[in-house]
Amino acid sequence: MSIEILMPALSPTMTEGNLTKWLVTEGQLVKAGDVIAEIETDKATMEVEAVDEGFVEKLLFKEGDVNIPVNKPIAIISDQQGSKSKGTKQSEVSVEEKKTTQKKEVKQNENQLPKEDVVLNDEHITMREAIRDTIAEEMRKDKKVFILGEEVAEYQGAYKVTQGLLEEFGEKRVIDTPISEQGFTGLAVGAAFKGLIPIVEFMTFNFSMQAIDQIINSAAKTLYMSGGQINCPIVFRGPNGAAAQVAAQHSQDFSSWYAQVPGLKVLAPSTPLNAKGLLRSAIRDPNPVIFLENEILYGLKGEVSSDNDFTIPFGKANIAKEGSDTTIVTYSIMLQKSLEAAKILKNEFNLDLEVIDLQSLRPLDSETIINSVKKTNRIVTVEESWPVASIGSEVVNIVQKNAFDYLDAPIIKVNSANVPMPYSSSLEKLYLPQIDDIVKAVKEVNYI
Amino acid sequence: MKKITKSDHLKIYSYMLKIRRFEERSAQLYGMGHIGGFCHLYIGQEAVVVGVLMTIKKNDSVVTTYRDHGHMIARGLDPKKIMAELTGRADGYSAGKGGSMHMFSKENNFYGGHGIVGAQVPIGTGIAFTHKYNGDKNICRTYIGDGAMNNGQVFEAFNLASLWKLPVLYIIENNKYGMGTSVERAAAGSDLYKRGEAFGIKGEIVDGMNVYSVIKAAEKAGEYVRSGKGPYILEVQTYRYRGHSMSDPAKYRTKAELDEYKNSDPIEVVKDEIIKKKIASNKELDKIGKEIIEEVKSAADFALESNFPDNNELYTDVYL
Repeated sequence: MSIEILMPALSPTMTEGNLTKWLVTEGQLVKAGDVIAEIETDKATMEVEAVDEGFVEKLLFKEGDVNIPVNKPIAIISDQQGSKSKGTKQSEVSVEEKKTTQKKEVKQNENQLPKEDVVLNDEHITMREAIRDTIAEEMRKDKKVFILGEEVAEYQGAYKVTQGLLEEFGEKRVIDTPISEQGFTGLAVGAAFKGLIPIVEFMTFNFSMQAIDQIINSAAKTLYMSGGQINCPIVFRGPNGAAAQVAAQHSQDFSSWYAQVPGLKVLAPSTPLNAKGLLRSAIRDPNPVIFLENEILYGLKGEVSSDNDFTIPFGKANIAKEGSDTTIVTYSIMLQKSLEAAKILKNEFNLDLEVIDLQSLRPLDSETIINSVKKTNRIVTVEESWPVASIGSEVVNIVQKNAFDYLDAPIIKVNSANVPMPYSSSLEKLYLPQIDDIVKAVKEVNYI
Repeated sequence: MKKITKSDHLKIYSYMLKIRRFEERSAQLYGMGHIGGFCHLYIGQEAVVVGVLMTIKKNDSVVTTYRDHGHMIARGLDPKKIMAELTGRADGYSAGKGGSMHMFSKENNFYGGHGIVGAQVPIGTGIAFTHKYNGDKNICRTYIGDGAMNNGQVFEAFNLASLWKLPVLYIIENNKYGMGTSVERAAAGSDLYKRGEAFGIKGEIVDGMNVYSVIKAAEKAGEYVRSGKGPYILEVQTYRYRGHSMSDPAKYRTKAELDEYKNSDPIEVVKDEIIKKKIASNKELDKIGKEIIEEVKSAADFALESNFPDNNELYTDVYL
């Protein structure tokens, strides 16, 4: 009898991994608990142990094979020595699967519309690398820039965003903090008042609630309270919103919380390209900026500008797809889902959607939204946050005030469910806006 | 220790008296409706900030709580502009947008004036972080009220300051009450400075009613911090004569207790020293006193004659 050993999921958001090392050879006897391989994900390198006993019949991937999907067989263990069964065949299937994976990646890239005036690199990089590279580029340019947070240095970043920064910039500028958000956030705010440019990494924005007094009462308001004397050049960044099955306390979207506060600027990148342009603007801005990343997007690959000074201005939305029938206003991870929905609506209902990626939530690009609605006469907002007083709510207000007479249908908001995030994968899917929800909303505003 | 010269004694006396007269005038203007909102007076605590002032270097930084009027005067800031801020005028230090609790002077390295109990402690620690990052040998003096010593972020800041050996001198102004709750009813254990010991931060208790004790302790502690050994805590025992803010019923303490402290008034301590050492006569001190009254009165006049902020100012200074 043969047992397949599958590529394990080592984190909630892992979809594929790389086989860095085999610690066993074909024919070898393994016992439960023996380490058989080292698997590398975009976040970490982990050892895989055997849970059953037997002889290694076949290793289905070579050391160095990359992008192996989770749950793909990577080895076959047999209870008899020397038995040869379906191993070879499985290996062939795996190669096919790999090709599909690569195709999927290219497909994702189509969703990132390059800007006309941007010179793009041929090499595609991940969102994670785009963020890291931008931090490094700005740290090279300005010695006042430093980064601090939990696990940013020796661990190389809880989500590997800060990989390699400690080695390049040293412990003076890449600083591991204890788990004390209020303390290190307040400290960074003080450092910014005194002229440094801190980048504060929250392991996730859920933990920023521990520090929200320092962000709002100290960072956002002091310029005003000091009559313009003391500014706070600081970036608060980290993953925001849902990851995968991390449940209520680790899955909250804070976009409208922070976008409500005068004195803060709020950015939400959706692609490696705009992550670079927006983060550079954030680091160079003399005001406090909230930079809302998304854990699921960290692995998204795409082109980036080859210009190390490429910035995207605050308050400028990107028309990710031009169209004439209905406007979708979205940001962050929901851009990808909105673009998928647009394809379905084009294919099945011949609707030509215009998809606006806000990029900047405060300031908000009202003009682009209004102009689009004047053209399409219908609008749907799509976002991951809870529905009450969300960014979409503000968009609704902008549209009713400035384009009331252009509307041919009531505006529909697509949001997460108005409940805490559940753990179960089935309920989680129900909680989050899905492509079908977007399709349904667009049909509704078109009376289909 | 640096010798306290004759002119130092007179400087100490003048600053302490100026703070007191300023605060008395503030109370009057509050009663007349010229100052609004919260207004926390420093009367009784003058020896703390003036004692520390005598040890401060020009490029050292200071950050404090909302009981900040005296701190600004001691930092050498203009009473006219302080009073203009208290009365919400355009000529105030924060252009009328900060008020009593939120005043700043970047050019004098005075970083507020913070309205949230405890919030200034991580901030001051971060300013000290910058001094270390820049290698400029300056230090940050971070004042803490006794009430904040029960606030979690203070201990997060202590941990970071000690861990990273930051040049921050924490000065606890223990005036015995956090609003209306006595230290005994709010803080478990005795001696607030000892709370730093868990983080390896040294500290001591200082008599805050005697400016000379404050100077001695602040000088020693300042040198310790400046030498790169990390943070230090002074717990300065003091007393506020007035309520927590202007609307304080003072039901939580007795008049006898208040009188006891008034009998060891910190300004009288300095006055006695000056007379004893024959640095100045009673008559000369009276003359200084009269000049200060005039200076404070002219600050009040200046404030009341100043314009309220232009309506356009509502929308400025939100972003740089």
